[in-house]
Amino acid sequence: MNDKIISLISGVIFGIGLVISGMTNPEKVLGFLSITHNWDASLIFVMGGAILAFAPFFFILKNKEVSALGAKIELPEKQNIDNKLLIGSALFGVGWGLVGLCPGPAIAAIATFDPIVIVFLVSMAAGVLAKKNIIK
Amino acid sequence: MHNFTPVSALIGGVIIGLSVVLYFYTTGRLAGISGIFENAISNTSLRLSNTLFLIGLVIGPLLIYNIILPNNPIAFEITNSYLLIIPGGFLVGFGTRLGGGCTSGHGICGIGRLSVNSMIATALFVATGIITVFVLQQLGVYL
Repeated sequence: MNDKIISLISGVIFGIGLVISGMTNPEKVLGFLSITHNWDASLIFVMGGAILAFAPFFFILKNKEVSALGAKIELPEKQNIDNKLLIGSALFGVGWGLVGLCPGPAIAAIATFDPIVIVFLVSMAAGVLAKKNIIK
Repeated sequence: MHNFTPVSALIGGVIIGLSVVLYFYTTGRLAGISGIFENAISNTSLRLSNTLFLIGLVIGPLLIYNIILPNNPIAFEITNSYLLIIPGGFLVGFGTRLGGGCTSGHGICGIGRLSVNSMIATALFVATGIITVFVLQQLGVYL
């Protein structure tokens, strides 16, 4: 089992979870963001289920020296709450509300073979690269 | 709330969480998809393994669509307006990298770690998402 095989397997499981949860359907995500009209609270249960499954393991594993494959445990450095965090998250939410896709479901949606998904992903890649090149 | 599906949402959510656990336990890295996507399209040492994660993310749904539940069409309804798709995709890419995470990196991994930054980030992107949908509805764009 090396890093590459485990990455593939983790991705497969993540993708199965996304489909079962219904989050690969943009309309369902927009239903969650539509609090004044036919609100669909399902997304809270998806996020809640994932957090409940992950949190206990995280606090057991976080102080280990190395991972099961012998890699360094990489945790984000503690950062101040700065304008990047606030502006970036706010802009992400606007994009999320325009279409109903965030990065995970957008990639999983390649499986639908709908060409508009590719347009979304190319635009998303442009956004990632724009950030990378404009802001240090 | 006629579309509310709490049981499948919770089961799917737990499966996503277990994927995050497996990935963290074995690789020592947090499964934030926007960061994985950035690595996959950049020249980094993690490029191959992160690309494989994304390939898995497509194989998972393909298995469900074609092998596990072939007779259950899975709903996929998306706008066909490029005026929404192109700026939407760009803002998702730009915003998640500027803000340091998306629904998985901040919403699941970050809140799971009890990171205050991630809680604030998640509250913000949900809030601006709600405002965006509300404004589009008022403009008669959809729903």
